[in-house]
Amino acid sequence: MNLYHYIVRLADNSHILGHRLAEWCGHGPFLEQDMAMTNIALDLIGQARSLYNLAAEVQNEGKTEDDIAFLRYEYEYQNFLLVEQPNGDFANTIVRQYFFSAYQLPYYKTLYENLQNKNDHHLTELRGILEKAIKEINYHLRWSGEWMIRLGNGTEESHQRMVNAVQNLYKYTGELFIADETDDTSLQSGFGVLLPEVKKDFDKSLFYIMERSGLTIPENETMQTGGKQGVHSEYLGYILAEMQYMQRAYPNSKW
Amino acid sequence: MQEKISQIWSILENITDPEIPVLTIVDMGIVRDVKIHNDDVEIIITPTYSGCPAMSVIATSIKMELHSFGWKNVSVTQIYSPAWTTDWMTESGRKKLKDYGIAPPVIEKRIQHLMFEKPPEVPCPRCDSVNTELISEFGSTPCKALMRCKDCLEPFDYFKCHR
Ligand SMILES: [Zn+2]
Repeated sequence: MNLYHYIVRLADNSHILGHRLAEWCGHGPFLEQDMAMTNIALDLIGQARSLYNLAAEVQNEGKTEDDIAFLRYEYEYQNFLLVEQPNGDFANTIVRQYFFSAYQLPYYKTLYENLQNKNDHHLTELRGILEKAIKEINYHLRWSGEWMIRLGNGTEESHQRMVNAVQNLYKYTGELFIADETDDTSLQSGFGVLLPEVKKDFDKSLFYIMERSGLTIPENETMQTGGKQGVHSEYLGYILAEMQYMQRAYPNSKW
Repeated sequence: MQEKISQIWSILENITDPEIPVLTIVDMGIVRDVKIHNDDVEIIITPTYSGCPAMSVIATSIKMELHSFGWKNVSVTQIYSPAWTTDWMTESGRKKLKDYGIAPPVIEKRIQHLMFEKPPEVPCPRCDSVNTELISEFGSTPCKALMRCKDCLEPFDYFKCHR
């Protein structure tokens, strides 16, 4: 059952962030960036779909990707608090994306390596999904990194908005690197990822970007945690209410 | 057996990508394998991008087309590894793209996560000038970028290198 939870957590993060980015559709600061955000949303929701599909296969109870996405309650979602935070302004969306991609890339790469030569059908499938996702995350990281630098060094206003966004979001990055039972069991099963190693990569790329953006990493920040355990901020409930409305109102409806 | 398999491949060569109707799914390199078990056919496909919305349409087209040629039990299996790359696009596919007005993928040397790198030199599909510029990394679909030719002044889609 642990593999199910492990895969669902990966999926939940992509799914919720994808949903948030999709909210920008038609509201981007200009057309090209509107499309960039919705394209990234599409990548993330695509990753989530592949992962939910695999999770349903692992669970082997005849459920589908849709059951897992649309019929779980808030406390069953294991995504980070970071990805459910509201879009805010463009600066806030950029910083949230950068934090997440700077975590997701080294995490996925390490997991991909660790899954090599595993003689298990599900783990091989998972590795295939990661192989595809890593190519996409490279783009997401570059796109958000370039905007971090542009906005950080832009006008007085764009700089100030970036400072506020970093101040607002940095406190949600702590839990990305705190191992819990799911992380520990995956390590014991021989494929998990050592979070302190991912943290090193995250810090390295964050340091690089912040230096070039004229921004500073907040010090002595009290980190907010809970998302991985299903204890969410108030925002997730609203997201799920909108996302799950159809399945809740018309159970088993199909189109 | 071999004859049946090549018959199926030639049927698949007539199924086009719903988003780029001049390309067939074989040109795109989406079809990875064709397998026959007794009277059952299994078509192995791979998505271009994780969230490519065309995949379910493609799977349905494959089934419908093969049904019309008398194959009753057709299943379509999606695999992710090896991950799709534009290197799998056929020569004829590249030519059809260009004739359609979309610049085919150029082999890019830049490392995907390096920032502010010079974009690749992409020839304009109308006048072949390489005096072109990138307008947006993301175009009308995830696989395309939006560019502009500074000689004939036309904007055009570029099918991004993905590898
Ligand atoms: Zn031209």
